[in-house]
Amino acid sequence: MHGRIKLKTTEEQAEQKQKERLKKLHFYETTRSACFAKRKAGILDEEGLILSGQLLAANPDFATLWNFRREIFLHLKEEKNPEELQTLFEKELSFLETCLRVNPKSYGTWHHRGWVLDHSPHPDWKVELELCSKFLQFDERNFHCWDYRRLVVQRAEVSPQEELEFTHKLIGTNFSNYSSWHYRSTLLPLVYPDTECRVGRADEEALLTEYELVQNALFTDPNDQSAWFYYRWLLGRADREETVSCLYISREGQRLIVSFSHPVNVLLPRDELILFVDGLPLRVTWKSPHPQLKRSAIWICELPPNTINAACSEHNFKVHWRDGRIQRECILYKGRSESWCRDSATDQQLFRCDLSVEKTTVLQSELNSCTQLQELEPDNKWCALTIILLMRALDPLGYEKEMLQCFQTLKATDPMRTAYFDDLLSKFIIENSILKMEYAESRVVDLSKKNLTNLCHLDQMQLVTHMNLTSNRLKSLPIHLSMMQCLEVLEASDNEIESLEGLVQLPRLQEISLQNNRISKIGDLRPLASCPSLILLNLKGNPITEVPDFESELSELLPSLKDLIV
Amino acid sequence: MAVADSLPGEFDVIVLGTGLTESIIAAACSRVGKSVLHVDRQAYYGGNWASFTFSGLLAWIEENKEAFSKEEITEWMNDINEGEEIILLNSSDKSIMNVEVFNFASQDPVEDVKEEASLQKKDDLFLTVDLVEDLKEEGSSQRKDDLFLTVAVAESFESGIEKSPDTYVNEHPAETLEHNDVCTSSQKKNPELSIDEKRSVNVCKTSVAETRKTITYSQIIRESRRFNIDLVSKLLYSRGSLVDLLIKSNVSRYAEFKNVNRILTYQNGSVEQVPCSRADVFGSKQLTMVEKRMLMKFLSFCIEYEQHPEEYADFKERTFSDFLKTKNLTPNLANFILHSIAMVLDTDLTTEGLRATQHFLQSLGRYGNTPFLFPLYGLGEIPQCFCRMCAVFGGIYCLRHGIRCLVVDKETRRCKAIIDSCGKRISCGHFLVESSYLSDDHHQKVKYRLISRAVLITDRSLLKADSEQLISLVTVPPLKSGQPAVRIIELCSSSMTCMQGTYLVHLTCSSVETAKEDLSPVVSKLFSENMKAGEKGEVEAERPNVLWALYFNMPDFSSVERSSYDLPNNVYVCCGPDSGLGNDCSIQQAEHIFHQMFPDEEFCPPAPNPEDIVYDGDGTPPEESVFKEHGESEVGDGEERTLDTKYLVTSTTNEAEDAQESVKEIPTE
Repeated sequence: MHGRIKLKTTEEQAEQKQKERLKKLHFYETTRSACFAKRKAGILDEEGLILSGQLLAANPDFATLWNFRREIFLHLKEEKNPEELQTLFEKELSFLETCLRVNPKSYGTWHHRGWVLDHSPHPDWKVELELCSKFLQFDERNFHCWDYRRLVVQRAEVSPQEELEFTHKLIGTNFSNYSSWHYRSTLLPLVYPDTECRVGRADEEALLTEYELVQNALFTDPNDQSAWFYYRWLLGRADREETVSCLYISREGQRLIVSFSHPVNVLLPRDELILFVDGLPLRVTWKSPHPQLKRSAIWICELPPNTINAACSEHNFKVHWRDGRIQRECILYKGRSESWCRDSATDQQLFRCDLSVEKTTVLQSELNSCTQLQELEPDNKWCALTIILLMRALDPLGYEKEMLQCFQTLKATDPMRTAYFDDLLSKFIIENSILKMEYAESRVVDLSKKNLTNLCHLDQMQLVTHMNLTSNRLKSLPIHLSMMQCLEVLEASDNEIESLEGLVQLPRLQEISLQNNRISKIGDLRPLASCPSLILLNLKGNPITEVPDFESELSELLPSLKDLIV
Repeated sequence: MAVADSLPGEFDVIVLGTGLTESIIAAACSRVGKSVLHVDRQAYYGGNWASFTFSGLLAWIEENKEAFSKEEITEWMNDINEGEEIILLNSSDKSIMNVEVFNFASQDPVEDVKEEASLQKKDDLFLTVDLVEDLKEEGSSQRKDDLFLTVAVAESFESGIEKSPDTYVNEHPAETLEHNDVCTSSQKKNPELSIDEKRSVNVCKTSVAETRKTITYSQIIRESRRFNIDLVSKLLYSRGSLVDLLIKSNVSRYAEFKNVNRILTYQNGSVEQVPCSRADVFGSKQLTMVEKRMLMKFLSFCIEYEQHPEEYADFKERTFSDFLKTKNLTPNLANFILHSIAMVLDTDLTTEGLRATQHFLQSLGRYGNTPFLFPLYGLGEIPQCFCRMCAVFGGIYCLRHGIRCLVVDKETRRCKAIIDSCGKRISCGHFLVESSYLSDDHHQKVKYRLISRAVLITDRSLLKADSEQLISLVTVPPLKSGQPAVRIIELCSSSMTCMQGTYLVHLTCSSVETAKEDLSPVVSKLFSENMKAGEKGEVEAERPNVLWALYFNMPDFSSVERSSYDLPNNVYVCCGPDSGLGNDCSIQQAEHIFHQMFPDEEFCPPAPNPEDIVYDGDGTPPEESVFKEHGESEVGDGEERTLDTKYLVTSTTNEAEDAQESVKEIPTE
């Protein structure tokens, strides 16, 4: 039968393909040189647009050529009349659209599009908004398009309300979408501003409806991280206002200590800290508690001799910060060895969440539904983690036992992150201990046998005189420990401590117990030399005790030490 | 159509019937270089898989009321040699039964006369030459009375060619009972009932014209060509074997698809949406948080149920619905899963339910939020796409061409040749036939089921939504025990199957009684057949109005074993459409039969790129030589649904562009 179809052999096909490839390559190379030649010669005409267009259609990531096109447009802008220019720009936009269809994730193309519209005589931003919506429909995670959308929204002055609805729509089709959730977190505070005007926070009522939305996602697919992250944002809190939280004066030590809500560097002119004693400015030198702390929540100054007069009935100390906008005052009365003025952790609600007390019922119901979810999904780590956060937001001390249990579940279900969970648990336990100490109005903190792996919130413990860290899993005493300027006794036996870098310049530190740790070199003890009051040191059960001549070297390093227990 | 005289005298494969299975096999054979003759006794493609314009459907209805013929064994007997015997085939299809038509749309009498006349003309074109004209008196008289308001004419698949018209009418009820216990009620050709129905229709007609401005019957007739009404109502699972085959073979380039938008169900007296995808569950307002979790948890388990055999080990011998009861699902959720996701019966076993649920879920998200695709212009497009493919590779097509008998070598028990309706003897290596072409002698020996079908034209959707252009699948659990579960597919006008402002609604179930008896309870629950707005209750006012309705029964040979036919072993039987939602049954059969014919050949390998094709022989491009013959088949029928020569030529030369429109894989996350 005639007319039957026969296929070309693979050799014929390969040959033809090779030929076509060579032809394409040749075309590409000649066009490229033509473009470069034109640019070099400064010929900025429409032919340049055609040539570069042919190349960019094939390879949109050729940044030089986009630059060349922009140069041509800027040049033509002077030559052409507005109508001609408008058609030219319109042509460019449709060209860009075809480029985007080929590669919707090209930096160059999206950027050029934004540039073209910014330079176009009559930009139609509404059309651009639709274009973005179309592209996001095809790929809701295309961050190039999200970026461009933000530009368009800004230019077209689209209301945040409309954008909020847009994110709602996208989340409706697929809620595994970090971009949309994140966009919501930026839009909500704009649409529903916080009544107390806290930056980046939204109105309570708006937050409550968001809880419901995000719960739908959590129950539908609890293993999807994006919704949990958004949930944590909802449960989160506003940044604390920057302030001077404490002023402390020691008569004996002739020192003054200033605490801040955030780590700062008062040596920078912007954050200059000025001290007034009895109403008169006093020039002092500020230093951070540890040489390595460039930014610190605590700054110390030695008062010049005779600043404090024992006979004087009272001395008024005052600091001005941020040009006097932030101040704190403290009076040292006659006969008192020290004095302070501060906002405590409990005063500041430091470890609580943002919702007001009336809304704790809402938090309680959130906790209930999460517990319900956990019953259905006992192995879901996001759920367990969120339960912990909710319990902390509600009543950190009351839920301490449940919290410890949740951490056990977490570690069992996600053993890869055991260390992270240990650190997080340490943080929460320390927070609880601080709260307990504050309620007891004591200056003694007991953190023994808590399985701590990490020390934090030490800036909140600057008035503490006795700290017990016995029987934990600490590997070091970090530099932040140097903020505990009032510390007199430190018990840190039965840990895994190898380094003492935080025990620096603690003027009142007298006794240190480091029994059964891992201190092995005399060099590890060097920081202690800067603690002038140290008289007792227990190093029993440390490898260093095996080192020959260790005791003589130590007495050289710490001449004032009276009791060394080995 | 190939001119019968000019047909070559020998083919590797002769295929009788242009349904889906036959067309796939024809394409597969042609693709691997076999010579194929593909024949259908009808003037249209698809057989029971066909889709029709509205007037085309009316013609089909008429044809199925009167279709039977008498044939003489004539001079072609001379071609039978010694040592050969013949197996006679049916020359007309009598498989469609219990056809009933109801018209509720208002009519403008003046216009109607005109339309009727023009339609009559079209009808004539449709009737094949082989058909003996209208011998049934009852039928012809009804036709004169009112072509469109005919009621309840039951057709028998029993009447053979030897029987005279008279005996057919008389014997009909008894025989049906004898040979088909499923369809016990095809004898309910009750003249009294017919008259009643007719009268009520007339009452509606007059009142509607006054009270409501709706789509009239003449509008439907005028827009006839906007309709593509499928005889079989199925969807494509996005990861089903048909989609895989369309992609693999590149046949997808010939068709376009629309995603089914919603899965609905009828529960607690109302139509509601079934949350089946993650997005649905997330957005659902009906489900509580815990229900959401339980549903998602169960569905996630179903996706990989094979990996958790311990979960259902105790239920392997028990029903899926029992298994669901142990899964902490609320009754609502269990119903959703059983009827709308797994779409199995209460009596189906656990593993069957799990497999069906898994199939559904695997298809989700490939092209959209439901697992289903629907071909634009109707399912009838799909067999034609494969015919196109067959023709591109040299297959020869003859429509309106019957095959009278097979010539069998007595010694080898192989089919050597066929004798076509023109009396020409054509040799073949393999013969493939759709089961309805087999004579009644063969069918008497097999037991087969029936499918109940209804086609409605309605004026609004079953569930109002923001968009009017939605395709919905509605699952209706059995209303009472013993009644079948009914599947409804509601098509919007953008699916290119109905005129604007209407919806085309297909109802399908496995038959228990006649189509009307099986399906009308569901129709009256979900739709309004009374166009009088003033008399309606509030609930009913929201229901879609039925403008026009057709009921019929179609045989389902899918459960018939090949071995139960006494036929030579190089004769292969295709079963025709089954009652299931997907097409897996047909594809599996096609592949199975192809491998029986040609064990060493690949089944539907990808079609080559156009630039890789070189033409053999005298240098004439094959489009001309093959499709010139096609051109002739177009003479009698200008309908769009038949193969269009022009389209074919462009489709082979501009394949690159066509490929753009083909099914594309949308990456899922």
